[in-house]
Amino acid sequence: MTQLIWNGLFVGSFYALVAIGYSMVYGIIKLLNFAHGDVYMLGSFTGFLLLGSVSGLLGTWSLPVLLLVLLLSMLFTGTIGVIIEKVAYRPLRSSPRLAVLITAVGMSFVLEYGIRQIFGPSPRVFPVRLAGDPIFFLDARITLPQIVLMVIAAALMYFLQRYVMKSREGRAMRSIALDTQASLLMGVNVNKVISRTFFIGSALAGAAGVMAGAYYGSIDFLMGFIIGLKAFTAAVIGGIGNLYGAMLGGLVLGLLESFGTNWLGGQWRDVFAFACLIAFLSFKPTGLLGERVSERM
Amino acid sequence: MAKLVIDNVDLFYHRVQALRGLTLEVNEGEIVALLGNNGAGKTSTLSMLSGLYRPKSGTVTWGDRDLTTMQPWDIVEAKLLHVPEGRRIFSTMTVHENLQLGGYLVDDQKLVDERIERAYELMPRLRERRNQEGGTLSGGEQQMAAIGRALVGGPKLLLLDEPSMGLAPLIVKQVMEIIKEVQAQGTTVLLVEQNARAALRIADRGYVIESGTVTMEGAASDLRTNSKVIDAYLGA
Repeated sequence: MTQLIWNGLFVGSFYALVAIGYSMVYGIIKLLNFAHGDVYMLGSFTGFLLLGSVSGLLGTWSLPVLLLVLLLSMLFTGTIGVIIEKVAYRPLRSSPRLAVLITAVGMSFVLEYGIRQIFGPSPRVFPVRLAGDPIFFLDARITLPQIVLMVIAAALMYFLQRYVMKSREGRAMRSIALDTQASLLMGVNVNKVISRTFFIGSALAGAAGVMAGAYYGSIDFLMGFIIGLKAFTAAVIGGIGNLYGAMLGGLVLGLLESFGTNWLGGQWRDVFAFACLIAFLSFKPTGLLGERVSERM
Repeated sequence: MAKLVIDNVDLFYHRVQALRGLTLEVNEGEIVALLGNNGAGKTSTLSMLSGLYRPKSGTVTWGDRDLTTMQPWDIVEAKLLHVPEGRRIFSTMTVHENLQLGGYLVDDQKLVDERIERAYELMPRLRERRNQEGGTLSGGEQQMAAIGRALVGGPKLLLLDEPSMGLAPLIVKQVMEIIKEVQAQGTTVLLVEQNARAALRIADRGYVIESGTVTMEGAASDLRTNSKVIDAYLGA
């Protein structure tokens, strides 16, 4: 039981990191950014390259190096996110929603098959594999790397929450989500704030990508596809457009999956997750914390 | 002296013409009322001044600035602020956060706090409601919050779009007094209103527009006694 909860929270914190970007972007420009999962994949590959190039310095695994690689990968994927918005979405800002949505799907393919061109179709093995001796806590098997990754994820979410809720730029972000035109009248440069939102969301997805690579050990060009859909599911469960909702939704989805697989068997994991998505869309489309009825795409 | 001059402006929304050769002026320190019925082009005029829409022809200058080429945020930076129709308060943010957003472009945080404090002094109701979400305020309180929010931006020219809309007569009077006080503290005001009676009471001059063009103009005291204005806008 405690093991199931721990596993759920662990996987859930990855979902939450990716879901935040999904949800923030949706909140601010009402776009389901289907390329978001691929930014996570890009994070993994960036981490892979960076770790590979400094692997001489590494023993089994060293936390400062991993943190540095994490930070650099976040900067890189954040920048890519900004470029994606500028190149693919901004020119279509006043076009029908569907056009932008299809562009997002196209962007997803560009990233997936671009990486496939560079790294090839077969999975790559991450240069570091975070493993460690388990600690037993209330019968749950917990490893040190798991704790480290959870702490990093929690710290990132904490700083994000502070930024969005307390800073001037965070206020501007929330104001655009509520009323773009009124924000313009406050002097908010909407383009800049949208860029910043893409940067933050993509950086967090990149962070999750590096951490997933380091934890699971194997990465491939399609790894972002399923997690993108899972993050979308998490965002919907929490209430899309809502920051706390994305965090909560990620953890809830992790727990649902963990318990669901325990009852139904591992092969039912994704089926169960997406059944939850359908159930939420049917019975509670606003999610756990969503207030407004979201527009249908 | 920063004088606002709108000269012979045509403005279109897609194919619908909203302004036809609109010409008007606002001198520094004045309250100018812009009167007219629904669809006359009042809101279009203000939206154009804030840089939300571009005129097809004509010129719009404020002092030595050409407003038709500026971005909305540059216009706010130049201290031209717009209180939009329907208040447009950020509904799930607190009153205080709404006011803080008014100072988004003000880098000096102390100045922002000072201006918020002054807004609270001008409208004590806002201080009582400071931690309440904007959406829970009454119409009059929302209007005050919207004006307060613009004041935190330190406006030299304040555009007000139908501040009396949907408010009880007593509250309208309060709001008009606030506007008068804002002028007294050195801000020029362009006041768009359907409630001509309330607007002309505090305005120095007024324009009446119909179908996107000015049909009457003059000192507020003259317009108040003009029989056409009385028939069309002041009722019996």
